[in-house]
Amino acid sequence: MLRLHPYEYHRPETVDEAIALLVEHSGDVMPIAGGTDLVPNMKHKLFTPGHLVSLRGIAEMQDIAEDDDGFTIGATASLDRVARDARALRALPSLARACSLVSGPQLRRMGTIGGNVCLDTRCTYYNQTLFWRKALGYCLKKDGTACHVVKGGTRCVAAHSADTATALLPLEAELRIVGPDGERTTPITAFFTSDGVWNRRMEPGELLVSIRVPRPASNTRHSFQKLRARDSIDFPMLNLAVRVDFSEDHLVADLQMVASAMGSYPRRLGKMGVVAAGRWLTAELIDQLAQEAFRQCHPLDNMPIDAEWRRAMVPVLVRRALSEITD
Amino acid sequence: MHPFPGLVSGRDMREIIRFTVNGDLTETGVPTHYTLLETLRYILGLTGSKQGCDKGDCGACTVLLDGEAVLSCLLPVQEAEGRSVITVEGLAAGPHPSPLQDAFDLTGAAQCGFCTPGILCSASQLLSENQSPNREDIAQALSGNLCRCTGYTKIFEAVEVAAEATRLGLAPADVLTARRSSDTDSSTLAHFQSPQIVTGK
Repeated sequence: MLRLHPYEYHRPETVDEAIALLVEHSGDVMPIAGGTDLVPNMKHKLFTPGHLVSLRGIAEMQDIAEDDDGFTIGATASLDRVARDARALRALPSLARACSLVSGPQLRRMGTIGGNVCLDTRCTYYNQTLFWRKALGYCLKKDGTACHVVKGGTRCVAAHSADTATALLPLEAELRIVGPDGERTTPITAFFTSDGVWNRRMEPGELLVSIRVPRPASNTRHSFQKLRARDSIDFPMLNLAVRVDFSEDHLVADLQMVASAMGSYPRRLGKMGVVAAGRWLTAELIDQLAQEAFRQCHPLDNMPIDAEWRRAMVPVLVRRALSEITD
Repeated sequence: MHPFPGLVSGRDMREIIRFTVNGDLTETGVPTHYTLLETLRYILGLTGSKQGCDKGDCGACTVLLDGEAVLSCLLPVQEAEGRSVITVEGLAAGPHPSPLQDAFDLTGAAQCGFCTPGILCSASQLLSENQSPNREDIAQALSGNLCRCTGYTKIFEAVEVAAEATRLGLAPADVLTARRSSDTDSSTLAHFQSPQIVTGK
């Protein structure tokens, strides 16, 4: 049995009300949407805010809207809704797939896409009960000074584990963030930092309100792959999102790969476009790209799954993704 | 007397929550930091829903919130305000087990019983949306519920039997008898466990 600490629960109905509450209780408050990440973390005493501001009652944050140029997905649209949305399935299959692969059915009905993008980083030495963490002398990410993953490390390397964020990077999504000083739009490529303690560029009092996903060009293909211990419920031990832009004569014009669930942010792999541009997407090229990805990816012992095996699976995911695209 | 007196402290900050539980309009004072699961079990005494991992992994606490199977261990109780909650205790409309509960009992899908209330809720939502699910549909719908006894085979069979019984308007026992008539090893059916396991009562 894992008990929560006492807190006061607020249920605003507009974004403005929510931000006013975040400002009023600044320093002792957190927003909560689906709660599927925050509630277990609070039960582990990783966060113990005196106030919670629920975003579930805010109608303007729930909509999924399509227009000629793309989609605007409300941050509190559930993962289940995005995964089943017929428009998203048609136009953004890699995102719909990423949503469908987060956790299990009950958690996808509760968890939101905005919450997934803002998911706290995860680590073997962090996502544990207070008793467990205390026994080990805590860690760099929470209450301690030592990293147990990288001995002597001074920078937290907890793993970015948000499936949807990985899929949104090559889709060139933009995040609409509203705060006490007004609103701003930031490309998701500039949202994450390499600091595993807090890897999102968001100021206190700010809320991710919606996600703008431009409509992919007709000659572009996307694929999303996830590796996890149990396909039914687990967090990723590897994430890979691939985007291929084809030229009119079906040669590769550009190719992007984003890998995650290794370090603290989803990372765009280098050289892929240079290697692939102007060539047919053949088995030989796929093999070459798989080896290049293997060379660039170095999973750490930040989750209880053998890091060497995870690295060996990188080229497997690359082949799966590119085979899906050539099919 | 309160079912779990030690768990409720007079010092806790409380608020009034109004919601419908198994069809009954309920209004009760709850410590503000309680989950829906804690409210069901320790305030209302509905101990059918189980507290397993208590952090969203196992699915034993699954209940229906406005018809959707969700995890009550991760739901702040305030989110149930004004909504309808169905737990395993409320799955049967009358005094007798529902066809789904009956099928679980008949096939041996309910063994130790710890995962059963959650699985019944997940399966109920599936059957409300899909009257003839195949094995893949059933496996998908139950993929957030861990069972360590059955290996799932009997659970899948129970959901199939319940779906078929409901479609054809037959008793689950008759459907199961027809399915097993060609088997050499089971000419008779037995209720494996007491019905308490599948009704949560």
